[in-house]
Amino acid sequence: MSDPIDPAVAEDVRRPSYGQRRRDRIDALAQAGAVDDTPGVSLIRGAWLRLRRNPVFLTGAAITVCFVVLAIIAPWIAPWDVTARPLLDEVRPQTNPVPGPQPGHPLGGDDRGRDLLSRLIVGSRQTLIVGVFATLFGLIGGVILGTIAGAIGGAVDSLVMRIVDVMLSIPSLLLAFTVASLARSPSQWTLIVSIAIIQIPIFARLLRGSMLAQRSSDHVLAARSLGVKKRAIVFRHMLPNSIGPVIVQATLSLAVAIIDAAALSFLGLGNPDQRQPEWGQMLGLAQRYISEAPHLAFYPAGCIIVVALGFTLMGESLREALDPKTRR
Amino acid sequence: MTQHQTIRSSPRSTEPLLSVRDLRVTFQRRDERAFKAVDGVSFDVRPGQTVGLVGESGCGKSVTSLAIMGLLPKRGNTVEGEAVFDGDDLLSLSPSQMRDRRGADIAMIFQDPLSSLNPVITIGRQVTEVMERHQGLSRKEATPKAAELLDRVGIPDPKARLANYPHQLSGGMRQRALIAMALACSPRLLIADEPTTALDVTIQAQILALLKELVVDTGTALVMITHDLGVVAGLCDEVNVLYGGKIVERGGRHGLFRQPRHPYTVGLLDSIPRLDAPRGEKLNPVPGSVADNLPWDSACAFAPRCSHRVDVCTREMPRWDGDDVVGFRCFNPVGGPR
Ligand SMILES: Nc1ncnc2c1ncn2[C@@H]1O[C@H](COP(=O)(O)OP(=O)(O)O)[C@@H](O)[C@H]1O
Ligand SMILES: [Mg+2]
Repeated sequence: MSDPIDPAVAEDVRRPSYGQRRRDRIDALAQAGAVDDTPGVSLIRGAWLRLRRNPVFLTGAAITVCFVVLAIIAPWIAPWDVTARPLLDEVRPQTNPVPGPQPGHPLGGDDRGRDLLSRLIVGSRQTLIVGVFATLFGLIGGVILGTIAGAIGGAVDSLVMRIVDVMLSIPSLLLAFTVASLARSPSQWTLIVSIAIIQIPIFARLLRGSMLAQRSSDHVLAARSLGVKKRAIVFRHMLPNSIGPVIVQATLSLAVAIIDAAALSFLGLGNPDQRQPEWGQMLGLAQRYISEAPHLAFYPAGCIIVVALGFTLMGESLREALDPKTRR
Repeated sequence: MTQHQTIRSSPRSTEPLLSVRDLRVTFQRRDERAFKAVDGVSFDVRPGQTVGLVGESGCGKSVTSLAIMGLLPKRGNTVEGEAVFDGDDLLSLSPSQMRDRRGADIAMIFQDPLSSLNPVITIGRQVTEVMERHQGLSRKEATPKAAELLDRVGIPDPKARLANYPHQLSGGMRQRALIAMALACSPRLLIADEPTTALDVTIQAQILALLKELVVDTGTALVMITHDLGVVAGLCDEVNVLYGGKIVERGGRHGLFRQPRHPYTVGLLDSIPRLDAPRGEKLNPVPGSVADNLPWDSACAFAPRCSHRVDVCTREMPRWDGDDVVGFRCFNPVGGPR
């Protein structure tokens, strides 16, 4: 006899776990990179030919380029110094804690009388630094682990992949939060390291997957048939051909890193030094005035959303360009 | 360019360069019966000789060559038998000893020239890599030699081609580049696994002519693997016909083409397109497919597809009737028993 299964439970059984969903997503990208329908043309080149006319990609790329340029030239174009307090006289702690827009200060000031626009502009720089370094360190760590696992195989591979899978099964923000709170005093670097750590298993699994696909490829077999040494096989024949999906993932990871950095900063685990403004930090400081001056939160939040959107649009269209299943 | 000496000699007088004895490759797929892809194959290749290995797709040609080269996957298969090359059994060499042989003593070229080249490094780099590996040359020393090699295999403007990436070359040029890589260290044996199958007909003829020219000039022995008997006709001194992992017929090129004995060889010969055939006449490929094969231990694997079948064919395995130069494996050969 069969009891009717409780639909809620049944749903639960069918739905893959969080870790499983992340693993599947990573593996799909690794596979996409391995399917080479224009062999001989490097994947990146093939993808670029398809992307050149994709409006989604171009929008994302435009946002990204604007953001990066802004972050680089920020200190020179910001109208005010971020530590100067030109609106200090306007701050009335009891009646008007946050000065509104006025000539010379199009977005007004913050609760300390500093120019909000200048802080937003300069804040892009910290956001970019945290995002780029966190992704870079995550990528380096992941590439090292993934190469070791993919190249050596066997027990080393199993061990590395077991650890990676355990890390993937922990919700990423929770893991970053845990790592960040281990630090004695929060700073920009604890933020970078804790976000890098959640990126490592993603890159490791991804690279290992595409290396395995390369291992059985024709050109690796041909190189082996000529007696090419193992090290050259790995570094000259497998790794450079596995890097396409990693670049796609790096673009997507940048978006996640920027959002996660903002989240940690908002929770007080970021750089507390207000002389170095950062969007997440600004968002955190805006909480006290959320009812009187919601714009104080809206502006940095909006910036975070737009920039993360830019990286995501770019990354997702790269992913689609690489994946033969979604390719058109 | 140096004149390579011809070291060809009459086939039977010399010791074999490669002697494959009772080679068996069994694949163990999980939850499945063991599958014998190569089931007791023996053949010899003498210095300078060209030996053909012919059969339909799936008959074990590639697996045979990969087993000899030590290139089968590490797991999931067992290789038995011997492949004696120059006194050493290749199948019992250590992986690093085998790596030193590959490219230097034995080289291989594959079916698909495009996917066999690394898309992200230049042709020049791929050719010099082999010479750096086996001849201890620096990249600088190897580069002019690489250009010379490309010239030798008929690639025009070789110096400029060194800087090209695989996708910038045509299919025929890519296969020429792969041949250059394989011959870079003057191996004594070259295994060519369907080297022309992926190419246009006119290019096929050019590549075959080039291979012929190179083996004659350098004295390299060649194992020519193909599904097309037409390809081996002008090239091979000896032809082995493979069916279901076993050699079913062997003969000198002239004997085999003039008087084939095994019904499968006859079928293969009939399927070669002929220029003098009336237009519109259908080719006559062997009916059926390898999926119909019987196991070799208790029958002739080819029996279900055979027009010459007699009762005993489905009850017993046919023995090898002949020696290591000519012979066949059939109860009821075309043209009657020997
Ligand atoms: N790695 C492998 N694992 C399992 N079976 C294999 C493997 N490689 C080849 N085979 C099987 O061995 C048989 C012979 O293959 P192959 O030698 O590639 O044929 P061909 O004569 O066309 O070159 C085929 O049936 C194929 O499915
Ligand atoms: Mg084959």
